[in-house]
Amino acid sequence: MRVTVRLFARLRDLAGTGELTRDVSAPATVQTVWNALVAEMPSLVEYERTMSVAVNAEYARMAASVNDGDEVAFLPPVSGG
Amino acid sequence: MGVDLVAVTSEVLNLEALTAEISRGAPGDGAVTAFTGLVRDHNQGRRVTFLDYEAYEPLAVRALDRILDEARTLWADTRLGVHHRIGRLEIGEASIIIVAASPHRAHAFAACRYTIERVKQIVPIWKHEHFEGGEVWLEGATADPEDENAKQAAHRIACA
Repeated sequence: MRVTVRLFARLRDLAGTGELTRDVSAPATVQTVWNALVAEMPSLVEYERTMSVAVNAEYARMAASVNDGDEVAFLPPVSGG
Repeated sequence: MGVDLVAVTSEVLNLEALTAEISRGAPGDGAVTAFTGLVRDHNQGRRVTFLDYEAYEPLAVRALDRILDEARTLWADTRLGVHHRIGRLEIGEASIIIVAASPHRAHAFAACRYTIERVKQIVPIWKHEHFEGGEVWLEGATADPEDENAKQAAHRIACA
């Protein structure tokens, strides 16, 4: 199945893109998608313990399940205001 | 034509319009408070030249909605609005405006303060700081809207 991955701020810079699509095999979780991404781009791993994640623009946990067509976002610590 | 109570926008923020929207038709109000966050020219010893704000917009709007719900639960008689600007902002420009109205000033002040503290905790917006000699992504809090400790910390600051 295919998911859209969104990356923001420094994560986006490290990856060189803010949006990409990846095929992962079902059943998948956010963790599955992250692991595939880090295997491809090892520099992202430094965010594993500080980032937040979202599925379809709702905050989620790494264990949340991911379905075909979902948008999975990885968010560095926030600095709005 | 009404003004949205929550907005994430690249347009210049309009405090007057948001205040008018919050204050409209509420003769029971005793207080309106406003907070404006500005882009300042220095940060951690660096001379800041401008900021570029990035947002995950749909989630940022939802997070702002959630914060206003929390504030209205804590101070049930308050009405609130919050607008966050994104994109390139020059020194002195407003990055965020928050307006709170209530029959009681203590509630209006507290709800306003609570909102900005929570924005810094859970809204997916990032500052890309450009300064003399370089640029850096600022990173503050790991966003977790369910984190009760963070919520309580914001509440304590709001009531201090």
